[in-house]
Amino acid sequence: MDFTKAAELLAICEAGGIPISQAMLDREVLFLKKDIGTAVSQMEHSYTIMKDAVHSAITEDIRSIGGLIGGEAKKLDAYRQAQPKPLCGPVISKAIAYAMGVLEVNASMGLIVAAPTAGSSGVVPGVFVALQEEYGFSDEEMVKALFNAGAIGYLITRNATVAGAEGGCQAEVGAASAMAASAATELLGGTPSQCMSAAATAITNILGLVCDPIAGLVEAPCQKRNAMGASNAIVAAQITLAGVGNLLPLDEVIDVMYTVGKSIPFELRETALGGVAASPTGCALQKRIFG
Amino acid sequence: MKDISVFDVIGPNMIGPSSSHTAGALRIALMAGKIAKGKPKKVTFVLYGSFAMTYKGHGTDKALLAGVLGMNTEDYRIRDSFRLAEEAGIEYHFVPCTENKGYHPNTVEVIITNDEGTTTSILGVSVGGGNVKLKQINGADISVSGNLTTLFVQQYDRPGVVAHISKCLTDYNVNIAFMKLYRDKKGENAYTIIETDEALPDKLVQEINDYPDIKSAIVIDL
Repeated sequence: MDFTKAAELLAICEAGGIPISQAMLDREVLFLKKDIGTAVSQMEHSYTIMKDAVHSAITEDIRSIGGLIGGEAKKLDAYRQAQPKPLCGPVISKAIAYAMGVLEVNASMGLIVAAPTAGSSGVVPGVFVALQEEYGFSDEEMVKALFNAGAIGYLITRNATVAGAEGGCQAEVGAASAMAASAATELLGGTPSQCMSAAATAITNILGLVCDPIAGLVEAPCQKRNAMGASNAIVAAQITLAGVGNLLPLDEVIDVMYTVGKSIPFELRETALGGVAASPTGCALQKRIFG
Repeated sequence: MKDISVFDVIGPNMIGPSSSHTAGALRIALMAGKIAKGKPKKVTFVLYGSFAMTYKGHGTDKALLAGVLGMNTEDYRIRDSFRLAEEAGIEYHFVPCTENKGYHPNTVEVIITNDEGTTTSILGVSVGGGNVKLKQINGADISVSGNLTTLFVQQYDRPGVVAHISKCLTDYNVNIAFMKLYRDKKGENAYTIIETDEALPDKLVQEINDYPDIKSAIVIDL
């Protein structure tokens, strides 16, 4: 039981009447011959690391290696709690704070789950922990939803790229956002077809986004882009759950993202030679950090 | 090539900050260290493309050295690898190379001299999300991802070597998932790379090693 395209995955889900999360778990067990108990407990471990990273970001004082970020998640969390009506609403307010927090943990050489990469590691935990807290989902439901997210990430890895050096930020945060959008859609009762539509919407919304880390560090603008990727996932899920589809199927969107990624100039693919990294301020910060 | 698992996407669990530049770099160096055998005495890392430009900011240098020291991607000691290498008496150098050789943007050549004086050069690529490929050993083309249990054999290009290896595997009831054979020159250095579904017992590896035309057989199990 294998699939390499979204269309094949959808056919499997529809034929079996199963969600994407189940199809991805089945693939792991039947095709990759992994023991089902091991697969589930390994994913539980991944989710624990994600929750721990969120928790330490909003409770501990964190300073990144480069010193460009640290303490932002605590500020966002405090602001959210102090406001009777935070601008972004309860789910997105939490998701962005948590997503930014995980990037702080990552940038201080702390333990995170690359999902799909370290530079985009805040998006999935940000969305997941916010949804769990706000909707009361069990850990079991969240772990299952991670298999859904993994299916989308697998399709992108298989058919395009998730490396910023190859495809820019749209490949990293774009993939993470698509994964979270699809998982959120399944958690809230969407169909497999709607999950793919949400993933396609999420990627399309940030198509072309460059990777231009200041001083070459996975700190800024990465941290805020993780907040954007988390909110974009929730936006895409809500658009989809409201019954609005996506014109292009997910397979085409993944191909488009790859084509666009390859046409992004070298300077804007994780080399720190373009974008905000090459701005006067970006260069000054680089000089301050590395001399 | 191994099929992509859900845990290649939701994972690896790793010390940050970059899956390609920190965790991927570490995995290349970890495999290079195993292939080089013995204790490393001197290590040179030649960095290309994005690695050459941004290695300091991503902790690529600390991760590469940690890999040669045998650490995994979840090890909190990665941040202290320079100090740990010095304590272990390992001389290390990082050489950024900006010349365009047409390599993948995240490429590193790891040159290790071990305590027996043998020098091994491994060219590796970090392809994203912590996944890697070893592309060359001592200038000869190979392809190793390290995603499955991998038997890495260095041998002389002579008749009977592969038969010996496969007989040993048969004796221990190990199934070959993928098998590739490379050589740099006829009759000289050759490499057999076998990926298996089962773990490889030490005794099996020892039996493979006990053959005149085999220079070394090691297991890579990340």
